[in-house]
Amino acid sequence: MTRVLEVNSVKKHFGGVKAVDGVSFHVDEGEILGLIGPNGCGKSTLFNCILGQLTPTEGTVTLDGKPITGLYPAQLNRLGVSRTFQLLQVFPNLSVRENLILAGQEHKGTMLQRLFGPRDAGLTVDADRMIAFFKLEHLADQKAGGLSYGQQKLLDAAMAFMAGPRLVLLDEPAGGVNLTMLENLKERLQAINRELGATFVVIEHNMDFVMSLCSRVVVMAEGKVLAEGTPAAVRANPAVIEAYLGH
Amino acid sequence: MSRKLNTDLLIILIAVPILWFAPSGLKSYGLYVVSLWLVMSIAAMGLNLTLGYAGLTSLAQGAFLGIGAYATAILTAKAGWPLPAAFLVSTGLSFLVGVVLGFPALRVKHHYLAFVTLAFSVVVFLVARNEQWLTGGVYGLANIPRPVLFGTDLGGGLAFYRTVLVVTLALTLVMWWLLHSPWGRAFQALRENPLRAASLGVDIRAYTLLAFAIGSAFGGAAGSLYAPLVEFIDPAPFALSASFVLLLTVVAGGAGSFFGPFVGAFFSYMLPELLRATGGWYLIIYAAVVLVLVMVSPTGLLGLIDRWRDHQSQRRAAAIRAAARPTLASADKPTLENQGAAP
Repeated sequence: MTRVLEVNSVKKHFGGVKAVDGVSFHVDEGEILGLIGPNGCGKSTLFNCILGQLTPTEGTVTLDGKPITGLYPAQLNRLGVSRTFQLLQVFPNLSVRENLILAGQEHKGTMLQRLFGPRDAGLTVDADRMIAFFKLEHLADQKAGGLSYGQQKLLDAAMAFMAGPRLVLLDEPAGGVNLTMLENLKERLQAINRELGATFVVIEHNMDFVMSLCSRVVVMAEGKVLAEGTPAAVRANPAVIEAYLGH
Repeated sequence: MSRKLNTDLLIILIAVPILWFAPSGLKSYGLYVVSLWLVMSIAAMGLNLTLGYAGLTSLAQGAFLGIGAYATAILTAKAGWPLPAAFLVSTGLSFLVGVVLGFPALRVKHHYLAFVTLAFSVVVFLVARNEQWLTGGVYGLANIPRPVLFGTDLGGGLAFYRTVLVVTLALTLVMWWLLHSPWGRAFQALRENPLRAASLGVDIRAYTLLAFAIGSAFGGAAGSLYAPLVEFIDPAPFALSASFVLLLTVVAGGAGSFFGPFVGAFFSYMLPELLRATGGWYLIIYAAVVLVLVMVSPTGLLGLIDRWRDHQSQRRAAAIRAAARPTLASADKPTLENQGAAP
């Protein structure tokens, strides 16, 4: 199996605070890896280190064997690393379709080719396919800011897939989403994983969501990896129960 | 989306013949005022790109007007170049200076960026006033010629106004085309959420510099028409207050709305002339209108129309949802299929 992402003893210290303190894990092609742990354990900081939002104090990150530590977010995205944020991040004044076209356009040609090329960067068909895939057809021309929270979450996730990414990092995709929408989101993520072979890393607090979506789970606590394994194994691990899941 | 594009072009199509013929009865002062309105609309269009679409605060548009005006004055009055060549060079020069001024925008935003551009405005003003060998200092540059194109004298009030109109039309179409390209979308993404834009592969550095440079180029182009319009320039019209008035123009017209600059420029440059009859009351009326506008519609005059349109489309969406509701309620268990199929 191909290693897509490899995180090697990454540390991120803010002064004396060791937010991430030597974390190593890997993600294989086609895998959905869950990353869980109590609030403040360093999950999001680790994400930001992987995604170039922060530079790790120590350690390396590789994508398909090539080092990506310290690259800018836009560069990483063009290498095929896509993400969603913990807080909702769509462009409220663009329509749903425009949001999706934007999410894909920077992968099409050079800047000059985009300026003189087609207005939609040739992405209307792809965008509409993504809209249909996430069942947002009736909202395609609405401004994204006018959508319900759950619908915006779907759009947010859809945007992460527009460029056909190699690796997608989802930061709490289920936060604040109602149960029906949650099933919808999970089912769509699984379908993308199955059909496109996309590889995911998911940070999530909703245990049912994580346990039913992910094939493998990494548990973090206080900046370190506490446990790693299948959802069932992790769930039974006494250290994890003590630190996070509770009795 | 496609419906809105056509509306913009339709408005242009209707407006141009009206603007071509309507002022033909005006005397030279009237023609000067409408020409000034168009010239300032071009400058405001540039600032609207930088501020309204890309969200970068700039207090330097008046300075770029000055750079374009001085470059054109020097090239035509001193060096004897034809206006079209001077126009291209002035616009290109403003573009390049705009790239340089864009670099601070990579580091600072909002008020801090405003301060940096404000400092730049002051520097440009001081250069214009003190470098007498180049700019004529406070005595300015006189006898700026109006254009002669293919043997046709375009220097008369009406002919020059129409020349300005054609250039305005061309630049308006360029701006429209630019804003509806992937670049326009990226500029808006830059304004709304740079962090998210970067995560989608948008090169924030490149687009920030371009937003500044293109906006500045429009300022320079406006200046290049301003110089032959007034035929004499000195530093005063390019002082800091000019940048403030242009900022007000964009905000009053509706930042980020396509025709906002034209509405705003009417407000800032033509209304004063129309209100001249009220004598000393002009500034009080103007201030009152600005106050009311900021309170009623912080998104500018054209923002009122946008708000009304959003309201309508939300009502339509609510109607669609209301129609869809019984379908969901009647199903035992809402499944994905009937959710998707409902509307």
